[in-house]
Amino acid sequence: MMLGLELAYWQESILRSLGVLAAVLLPAGTFVYVFLFKMVSFMQNRLGPMEAGPYGSMQLLAEVGKALQKEDVVPDAADRTLFKMAPYIVVATVLLTYVVVPFGPDMVFIDNQFFGTGIFYVMAVSSISVIGIILAGWASASKYSLLGALRAAGQLIAYELPLVLSVIGVVIQAGTLDLQRIVVAQATGEIFGWGAIGNPFILTQFIGLLIFMIAMQAELAQTPFDMPVAESEVVGGYHVEYTGLRFLLFFIGEFATAGAFAAIAATLFLGGWWLPGLDLEANYMNVLGPIILLAKMMVFGGIIFFIRFTYPRLREDQLQRFAWKFLIPLALVNITATGILKVVF
Amino acid sequence: MVAQNIFFYVIAAVMAFSAIRVVTVKNVVHAAMYLVLVLAGVAAQYVLLASEFLAATQVLIYIGAIVVLVLFGVMLTRAKLGEDVNLTNDYWYVGAFTGVILFVLLATSLLDHFGDEPLDQANASTQISGNTEQVADALFAPYLVPFQAVSVLLLAALVGAIALARKD
Repeated sequence: MMLGLELAYWQESILRSLGVLAAVLLPAGTFVYVFLFKMVSFMQNRLGPMEAGPYGSMQLLAEVGKALQKEDVVPDAADRTLFKMAPYIVVATVLLTYVVVPFGPDMVFIDNQFFGTGIFYVMAVSSISVIGIILAGWASASKYSLLGALRAAGQLIAYELPLVLSVIGVVIQAGTLDLQRIVVAQATGEIFGWGAIGNPFILTQFIGLLIFMIAMQAELAQTPFDMPVAESEVVGGYHVEYTGLRFLLFFIGEFATAGAFAAIAATLFLGGWWLPGLDLEANYMNVLGPIILLAKMMVFGGIIFFIRFTYPRLREDQLQRFAWKFLIPLALVNITATGILKVVF
Repeated sequence: MVAQNIFFYVIAAVMAFSAIRVVTVKNVVHAAMYLVLVLAGVAAQYVLLASEFLAATQVLIYIGAIVVLVLFGVMLTRAKLGEDVNLTNDYWYVGAFTGVILFVLLATSLLDHFGDEPLDQANASTQISGNTEQVADALFAPYLVPFQAVSVLLLAALVGAIALARKD
């Protein structure tokens, strides 16, 4: 049942598949245009793309068209099958991540009475993309790619731990792994008996949010943590040998993953598709919910890309030490404190 | 029920094929990829059994961590592109023998315990939000002491591995 329409199972399934595609591509495109094309241009005192469409808004379509008509080059020494497969693994991972993100009371891709693992599932599938990256680096038969892939693997493994641990505080507070029920817990929560704005977990889990944002930046290999794709050392890392469509897939994968993590951060810490004063179960939330969630995603996307274009790159040993000696202990302390406070209150 | 049976056999066939390819393929990285297929097949079987928490754990631990570590190790030591003829060593029949023994052991114990009894379908379909809560309740109430003991054991193994690997 969606918006009062009665749909057969197969119709719902088609709608859901299209919904996942839209959920992956729309935020990714918006992120690229608003932040990569425009925000960075204004930060660097230039205009950015202006020719294609009003204010260059069609530039993205031009870029896609350009990438599609380029030759699909596979290096001679490369492992052809794995080389061609790698970008699809990365993109498939993002598609899988969006499956459990709720966009409204009925705007869900999978019913939570059948699949209640929610955020744990997100952490599990988002760890698969490393395999695609390692394969891309190895199958390219280029030492720059291999070095980039090794750096990527080391970094993604190191920062996956704080990412998972930072979420546990939210899970303890909400008492569930399911993202839909985490949204409801934030909407119906109260701050010392005052429930006008619910209880968005950014207020109580700000340490968790901080760790999540830092680990997310590293998982996305965005700038303070962009050793794997450092263009001045390994000329682009694991995707240096890719052209045309397959490069485009890596590019989409990068920005769609940014969108996915922003959506999850918005759901976990900012109350997801709900805003104070709105009816949690009303039918109009199925239309309003996705817009609210997208707006919250834009907040997190803005932070991600603002940091990306502001800070210099960390050294390899610095970023490893930062993860293991600072972020993980801090996350453990946060979990312990949350557990104690949950029992006390 | 029929759909589940069909998918069980399809996934099982893919798993068996990939498992054979893991040990016969002539390239270490390709073998690792077939290993991913086997492990993903296990996760898919867990989903068919309505144990999605176990499935997510399987993906997180085995595909997301162990295969990645295997690939990482292979690439740090040697990872030739193309075929590597010396991958199968002389002791393959010992491995095959162990595999057969393990299969017989697991099969007889499963048949001995369950026989022709069908799986508890009623239980699987009525439970709300899968079995994540049930796993948590079991781990933190009746099995709390064994769970903690295993955790401490794993921690000790971890510390021991680091102590052995460090020379200074």
